[in-house]
Amino acid sequence: MLTLSGSALETGLTAPALFRLTTVPDLPAPLRAQRAFLMRGLGDVPEGYPHYLVFDRDPIPANGAAFTRLDEKFAYLSDDDIVHLSPHGHVRTLFRSASNHNSILLTEQCNNYCLMCSQPPKRKDDRWIVDEVRQLVPMMPRTTKSLGITGGEPTLFGDDFLDIIRLCKSWLPTTALHVLSNGRSFADVGFARNYAAVDHPALTVGIPVYSDDPSRHDYVVQEKGAFDETIRGILNLKRFGQRVEIRVVVHKQTFERLPELAEFIARNLVFVDHVALMGLEMMGFTRANLDALWIDPIEYRDELSAAVAVLRAYRIPVSVYNHQLCLINPDVGIAYVKSISDWKNEYVPECDGCARRDECGGFFSSGVKHGYSPSIKPFPHRHPAVD
Amino acid sequence: MTEKFLPVQDYLPDSGTYELLPFKFEPVGADEVILTNLTGEFLYLKREKLDSLVSHRLAPSDADYRALRARHFIRQPNDRATLDLLALKTRTRLSRLANFTNLHLFVVTLRCDHACHYCQVSRQSEDRQSFDMSEETADRALDLVFRSPNPAIKIEFQGGEPLLNFPLVRYVVEKAEQRNRVERRDLQFVVATTLSMVTDEILEFCRVHGIHISTSLDGPEDLHNRNRPRPGRDSHRKFTDGLKKARDVLGYDAVSAVMTTSPASLPRAREIVDEYIEHGFDSIFLRPLSPYGFAIKTKSYQAYDAGSWLEFYRAGMDYIIDLNKRGVRFVEHYSSVILKKMLTNDDPMFVDLMSPCGAGISAVVFNYDGDVYASDESRMLNEMGDATFKLGNVHSDSYRDIFASDALLSVLEDSFASSAPMCSDCAFEPWCGADPVFHHATQGDILGRKPESEFCKRMMGMIRYLLDVMRADPQAKSIFMTWVNS
Repeated sequence: MLTLSGSALETGLTAPALFRLTTVPDLPAPLRAQRAFLMRGLGDVPEGYPHYLVFDRDPIPANGAAFTRLDEKFAYLSDDDIVHLSPHGHVRTLFRSASNHNSILLTEQCNNYCLMCSQPPKRKDDRWIVDEVRQLVPMMPRTTKSLGITGGEPTLFGDDFLDIIRLCKSWLPTTALHVLSNGRSFADVGFARNYAAVDHPALTVGIPVYSDDPSRHDYVVQEKGAFDETIRGILNLKRFGQRVEIRVVVHKQTFERLPELAEFIARNLVFVDHVALMGLEMMGFTRANLDALWIDPIEYRDELSAAVAVLRAYRIPVSVYNHQLCLINPDVGIAYVKSISDWKNEYVPECDGCARRDECGGFFSSGVKHGYSPSIKPFPHRHPAVD
Repeated sequence: MTEKFLPVQDYLPDSGTYELLPFKFEPVGADEVILTNLTGEFLYLKREKLDSLVSHRLAPSDADYRALRARHFIRQPNDRATLDLLALKTRTRLSRLANFTNLHLFVVTLRCDHACHYCQVSRQSEDRQSFDMSEETADRALDLVFRSPNPAIKIEFQGGEPLLNFPLVRYVVEKAEQRNRVERRDLQFVVATTLSMVTDEILEFCRVHGIHISTSLDGPEDLHNRNRPRPGRDSHRKFTDGLKKARDVLGYDAVSAVMTTSPASLPRAREIVDEYIEHGFDSIFLRPLSPYGFAIKTKSYQAYDAGSWLEFYRAGMDYIIDLNKRGVRFVEHYSSVILKKMLTNDDPMFVDLMSPCGAGISAVVFNYDGDVYASDESRMLNEMGDATFKLGNVHSDSYRDIFASDALLSVLEDSFASSAPMCSDCAFEPWCGADPVFHHATQGDILGRKPESEFCKRMMGMIRYLLDVMRADPQAKSIFMTWVNS
């Protein structure tokens, strides 16, 4: 698992700053002023960069320029990555050019309090993040394929949230933007209208719906009336022609009515653009509520099959995320996506020798560490290996 | 669970605070009922649960409470999305009505080379020009076609055997296409033909103009030939040859077939389905005889009642479901119309199963002589001397005269099944429709007396069959779900 946030060994920085990194020593001078130079081992130190990053035992830049020294946990950093450095030596990687899963965490505040939240919400005012994102977005490579906006609940920032979407449209017009929201803010038809008015060319909002039963959904998100607002939010978004994805986390509190939920979506929300059925991530609140949430995915594989069959029959695009191939029925394979983020997925010893490992998403690191299904078993190779 | 999280009970509504939304119910077996709402959703309840439900005693922790709330049979006072969704689904169901007339039937000739016992209108003599539509009549009819506000316009050529007056088919197609350069509608053509007289030249014209073929196949060769006598007794062979030719030139998807159930068909449902499969069809319409025209004159309509037809239908459906389970995708269209209303918010606007009825708004018929009828059945009734559903004539009446005529508007007004006696209380009404022409023809009354109605018996039988199958057989329900979304 990658370390995205940590401490530098030492830093000469006097004020916090964002840097886009480069390893190209002969960048034209005007571009050097906008980059930090990422040094790898020995070699000449090019002049003219405002800051330098060096690793571990590498020599310091001989020209006396300001530098930050990182340990090998950050060795993954490369060209066009963007980091935030503080004078206290705190390092946060905000963008990795090699990844297709970059996202901006806009706030840690949330108006839901989901049992299985992987990013537990905090109450403190963190509107400063908006200013950082206003700096960050224009620094991102314009070739970026996709970008997420998450939280917390990013829409809680209202107009500032819409500003960020607008900024992404202006600076990254060909970058697909995926917002994760609980959708409740869009129950306000005016807010939904303003969101649509941004007219971003490739914008999707992913909204969780956990049950066709309002009480059950409200319990999972620990907020009375949330289901009603979320559904009205989805209706408003579709009324204004916005792309909406429904996201369902499957666990002990949601698996039983999964086929009914699929029928509810088919009957009431057939116009959504995508439905994602996702396995549990062993992070955040999930670990505190493990007894209430954990169920071996093999035990709900028939409900998963039924839900996929209904959604496919109604021609609603459906994907199954965060699952292991050996725990699903073969008829779910058609919707299976190897989905776990590149810096998160791993395999367990039981996967050794599995013939389908390359097709399988494997596990979140958190799953490997904090528990996974005892039913994991390798798919046999069809033919004995030939030496 | 840690203390900062509240248990599920804390999110249940208070007892007895729910509101009932409109629904109807019908007994199923001795101690159960089926509930339906106005958008066609349904669920089963035990009798005693129904009593609890209506007296506001159903506990929020009850599994039935959850299902009732999720499917919008009840709501909590704060559930705003429930009403939004019910309104949206209702609007969706009715949305196609606003488009008005889509299907325009042109009876280009009454002449026919067949002499089917159950045929309502045809004239056997192939040379009587007096039963052909003229170019003048076609021109006037096209004027009316393009007055329809519908963005999609389908012109279907009927007979008799329309290939016997193919020059007029050519004329109408070319004229319509010419007008459509300005009109820009989604314009489609269909020729309803037995294919017995099809030629390479006709097919080439159909190919160039994207014309579809709707043909007839009643079953195995002996049955088909018995139902469809023609000189030479070779209707089935002519059909087989014509089908091959038509598919070669027009493509597989451009040719479809319909069947009519004659008394001789009744014991042979499986064989009929097999005949369709053998000819490479992936669907069938198990269509009962209509009580019109020669069908009544020759008493062949009275040859079987709804009960006998339902036996035939169930045998056919059992077989078709079995085929699908074995991996042969095969659809029954009559069931699909009903299932669509059960399992989706879409109303397929099938003329005989609409509410209000489809007369004039779903389809309109231009007869060879310029008379305009509310439906194909209406013109057949007129052939028997009953002009009740004649809307006017293209030569003497304007669009307004015809489409705002009392003959049409009063039928429409009287055909909202949800307000018809007995239908208004029927739990199956959201899946059914009104057939005023049928009830007028058989009972002399547009609304009809439902306890004596063969239409009602047939629909109740089909609906109960489909409900029972879906309940007993989840795999069949999955198959139906794919039918209604194709």
